[in-house]
Amino acid sequence: MALLEIRDIVKDFDGVRAVDHCSLTVEAGTITGLIGPNGAGKTTLFNLITGFHRRTSGTILFDGRRIDGLAAHQVVARGIVRTFQIPRELKAMTVLDNLMVVPAHQAGESPWVPLLAPWRVRREERMIRSKAVEVLEFVGLADLQTELAGNLSGGQKKLLELARTLMAEPRLVLLDEPGAGVNPTLMKKLVADIEAARRDRGVTFFVIEHDMDLVMRLCDPVIVLSEGATIAEGPPAKVQTNPLVLEAYLGGLT
Amino acid sequence: MDIIGNLDYNIAFVVVAAIYAVFALGLNVHWGYAGLFNIGIAGFFALGAYTSALLTKASADPRLFEDFKFGGNLAASFEGIPVVGSLDLWFVVALLGAAAVCAVVALGIGFLTLRLRGDYLAIATLGIAESIRLVFLNEKWLANGSKGLYNIPRFLGDVVAPRNYDYLFLVVVLVVLAILYLAVERITKSPWGRVLRAIREDETTAAASGKNVFKFKLQAFILGAAIMGIGGALFAYNVRFLSPLTFDPLLATFIIWAMLMVGGSGNNKGAILGAFIVWGVWTRTQFLPRFLGEPEFRLFLIGFIIVAVMLLRPGGILGEGRKVSRPAWQQKTASPET
Repeated sequence: MALLEIRDIVKDFDGVRAVDHCSLTVEAGTITGLIGPNGAGKTTLFNLITGFHRRTSGTILFDGRRIDGLAAHQVVARGIVRTFQIPRELKAMTVLDNLMVVPAHQAGESPWVPLLAPWRVRREERMIRSKAVEVLEFVGLADLQTELAGNLSGGQKKLLELARTLMAEPRLVLLDEPGAGVNPTLMKKLVADIEAARRDRGVTFFVIEHDMDLVMRLCDPVIVLSEGATIAEGPPAKVQTNPLVLEAYLGGLT
Repeated sequence: MDIIGNLDYNIAFVVVAAIYAVFALGLNVHWGYAGLFNIGIAGFFALGAYTSALLTKASADPRLFEDFKFGGNLAASFEGIPVVGSLDLWFVVALLGAAAVCAVVALGIGFLTLRLRGDYLAIATLGIAESIRLVFLNEKWLANGSKGLYNIPRFLGDVVAPRNYDYLFLVVVLVVLAILYLAVERITKSPWGRVLRAIREDETTAAASGKNVFKFKLQAFILGAAIMGIGGALFAYNVRFLSPLTFDPLLATFIIWAMLMVGGSGNNKGAILGAFIVWGVWTRTQFLPRFLGEPEFRLFLIGFIIVAVMLLRPGGILGEGRKVSRPAWQQKTASPET
């Protein structure tokens, strides 16, 4: 079943067409890869899905319902969460706070409840806190929970990004280059975490990645984007040998 | 120096410093928590001060308000409301009214400007503050224009002898400050405050975490403005004279920023501490000999303190610190379990 379906989407930035009548689907329960040369429109596509950009035309369906036109926070409410190419942790906040801020519909997020009914907040905070600790244990950052997020290493910030998405109890997670700047050991851990999240939590992943090694290991199927449109789709091994893909990456081979 | 004179001076100092502390608390909600670059504090300052003055019953002596029809008439039309025994509760009405008017105006301003980020919001708030001042200057029917409002009646002025009034007002101001501090502390050390801090750190991440950034910013803007309105009201009752010239950017905006920066942005105790320190430096230096006592030099001194604090303790004297999310009222009960 198609969890995410993009139909004929177009995005223009003034005169530049970043996404050009792109259509694709992400099946539930997969780890779908999205590859393509620089400037192919991958991140723009993520921004369109998650409500950070508005499409010029086309439709985006999530679980059969339209999500194009929704604001970023509304997309999250539907169950789609993203990470960023360059981690955007909340620097002056602790690792724990970075996660505890995420859960939706917290009663204590209204200014009145903490003032007038603090006991409600207290109970809720205990639950959110234990959930945050659980997610931190899952990604292996539990020891750093009281550290300021700005002090984490690059790789730890990547893990924190993943933890932030899991904290939202998502159905679909969009990872924008999870492997960039991550050492091989951490990469193994990241791959294991993503696979475990899919297996145990039923999360579907849609992953932009340049590291072909990681793509081969992690993703199936793989979608190839070039100049704003999909040019190939299929199992990683097959996509890798597709002449259209080779041409897009290397240029003018045919 | 005679002891009574000294005492009076110190009381007057604490009263004004505490009023500034109220403003610093409001600014801390804007900047310290939500990261809203509001350099138009003077606008809410003026709005709160004028609102409370206009709402105050012109009961004591109508002649005091002969130039000042609007406020007098307005108050007269409310005749017969809250007087409990000899307790004149107009003060409370005026205080809450000032907060409410600032909140409503902040809602309107915020709706128009809070989609702007950083510097652009600053420019907008600066312009709006000046506009508010100009409205009070030019709309003579409203608040007597440039002649200003004077002899604003004292709260409970008939309860104590005039010479003892300062003691009473000191208590009132400190009680209001304490209530506001406790309330703000509770509201900001909560999931709500956590979302604000997230927005301050990175709006994009906050949105990507499912938070309606605009809604939270608007709430913070309104709350901070309402607190500033209460500060303005206390100010009006203290000086008992308001004119549009009272609200110049130096003493109604800049110095409050200095207080928050020095005391510690993101820390409510820091905001209060900063208010007392900066106001102390500003007032105690006026008696220095020669050029040292000139406003220009004192201003330089405050600038110097800001720079020194920024270099030595970039977060301010108290600073935000490493908060582990836990509501203020249970902070002592447990240390983070690992």
